[in-house]
Amino acid sequence: MEQKDYRPMWKELGLNLEGHDQLLAVLGKAYKDIYLSQENRPKGMQYLDFVISEAHGLRIEELMETKKKGNKVVGTFCVYVPEELILAVGGTCVGLCAGAEIGIDEAEKVLPRNTCALIKSFMGFKLAGLCPYIQASDLVVGETTCDGKKKAYEILNDYKETYVMEIPQMKTERDRALWRGEVVQFKEKVEEIAGRRITPENLRQGIKTANDKRRALQRLSTLRKAIPSPISGLDALLVNQIAFYDDPLRFTKSIQALCDELEDRAKNGVGVVKNRTPRILMSGSPMAVPNWKIPFIVETSGAIVVAEESCVGERSTRDLVKEDGKTLDDMIEAIVDRYMKIDCACFTPNEERIGHIRDLAKEFKADGVIHYNIQFCTPYSMEAYKVEKGLQQKGIPTLKIESDYGMEDAGQLKTRIEAFLEMVRG
Amino acid sequence: MRTAGIDIGSRTIKLVVVEGGEMVSSLLEETSHDPLEQCKRLMGQTYFDRILATGYGRHLFEIQFDVPIVTEIKAFARGAKAIFPKCRTVLDIGGQDTKAIALDEKGSVSRFEMNDRCAAGTGIFLEVIAKTLGYNIDEFGIEAMKVQENVQINSMCTVFAQSEVTSLMARGKKREEIARGVHQAILTRSLSLLKRVSIEKEIVFAGGVARNPCLRFLLAETLGEKILVSPNPQLIGAFGAAMIAQELGK
Repeated sequence: MEQKDYRPMWKELGLNLEGHDQLLAVLGKAYKDIYLSQENRPKGMQYLDFVISEAHGLRIEELMETKKKGNKVVGTFCVYVPEELILAVGGTCVGLCAGAEIGIDEAEKVLPRNTCALIKSFMGFKLAGLCPYIQASDLVVGETTCDGKKKAYEILNDYKETYVMEIPQMKTERDRALWRGEVVQFKEKVEEIAGRRITPENLRQGIKTANDKRRALQRLSTLRKAIPSPISGLDALLVNQIAFYDDPLRFTKSIQALCDELEDRAKNGVGVVKNRTPRILMSGSPMAVPNWKIPFIVETSGAIVVAEESCVGERSTRDLVKEDGKTLDDMIEAIVDRYMKIDCACFTPNEERIGHIRDLAKEFKADGVIHYNIQFCTPYSMEAYKVEKGLQQKGIPTLKIESDYGMEDAGQLKTRIEAFLEMVRG
Repeated sequence: MRTAGIDIGSRTIKLVVVEGGEMVSSLLEETSHDPLEQCKRLMGQTYFDRILATGYGRHLFEIQFDVPIVTEIKAFARGAKAIFPKCRTVLDIGGQDTKAIALDEKGSVSRFEMNDRCAAGTGIFLEVIAKTLGYNIDEFGIEAMKVQENVQINSMCTVFAQSEVTSLMARGKKREEIARGVHQAILTRSLSLLKRVSIEKEIVFAGGVARNPCLRFLLAETLGEKILVSPNPQLIGAFGAAMIAQELGK
């Protein structure tokens, strides 16, 4: 099929066309090498292949069309931003580009060198003019999940208006009250930019749409418990990544269809690997597109990733918003409750996360856990110690990895991961 | 059965042939710019029924010859255990990696740590600094043993350490004391890696850097333990791989 020429649209969005062409060429090659080289992929993944190929094309065109109709696009970086409120006013919530080592020279003009790769990446994408999503956004929403992001948003705000939500650091009643205040204030902000009121009717629909998406992802997750797993960890990660920027209704439908296929596979004992392939639970920092480095190394070293204890994974899909609320207040309370359950490493104490990781390891029959944190991500790198200790108590082998988006440590990581798998196999 | 282990390291390639649990042949070549050619040359000099590859270049070898591979970590653990049956800890310092490995009673790897990405404190680091000080690599450790005092070296990055050493010489510091300081710095770094896994007896020091007498001495002195080093510590990985190859067919 002839690719449509999106250059006029990209130009209109103020993208740096030359740099953007290079980015797409690199991404296309990486996707081919990492994704299309996999064997025995489910047919349902073709939809995801298509979405990826049109991530900067058709999907952006859709966003521009919805904007023409007066609907708003809200760009986010975190699972803490309540998508339900954005959906309620007919808006679209999109995750912004933050997964590639790009625009580093630009980013380092405003950020210190020793900054987490994700922060450097989103700043680089913005300053180098390479992310069509942030260009198309009517509002960017940041949050105070870590010091790096918090301070970076102050700088990002100079280039694109950034609204920041305050995330509490503990889970007491006082913290809940603070978060409730944030949700209510965000609701008002969303109403203001959309020029539309949030009503019980449209919020109920927003909650349902977001929950349906999570339900589809939960179903996918459950199907990966089958031995052998009917889908690779790389493909499942991709589904979770695309969940952040695809149209939610179409996405949900496509993932349910994918799950039907996986269910058939599981029933017939069809998997993407052999029965005795070591099963790995990934845990830690989120992996944004195209950060596929660690799962790629794991899965090309003879293991399979069966779950992601991460914001791009279980942390974003585990909990639903209660749907039985009658009044707007009920629904707001339900949203507040749901988001307070997120076990981000920015909380203290965060024992529930250790419990969740143990549960996941057990439920998914993981042979080992690989804890990954982005270098300079203090919350996750500090918490890695407690995670490892908690897992060791249960006799679950754990490998801690600290890395970034660069490839210069790939050789050493491969040796460490292979040695870990040798250990797990016994 | 004659099995071979080939350890394709960043600096040298080692080939060991084992028969009946004994090392019957060992060969070593520079890795050079064409490691596969060097591998072929080594393999042409001996014979074996089966071969298993390890080391930095194992994947290259695997693709070329379609043979099984193991990581250096498993290979060194196996090799050390075969030579020193009571071994529980292995420190392996090779050309560009340092690894600390803890073994359980049976000899399986129970924990390991390795340097993340930088070659600080490894063989290549020693080579570069020895050259800066005007020593060849074989005399470097011996010369460093001749003094008691050492000059503190603060930088472990090869590039920075080299300029640090250069400026220390310019300030008239004794060459042997700088050499001793460099060894001390490598020891400190290796110890922190070791402490993260275990320092349980018996401790085996392996890899090319284990040939350095000053490091062997400092390690034993600091830990207050006997450090076991085989006559050719750089062969332990290839030997371990050959031993694993013995067990594969069973």
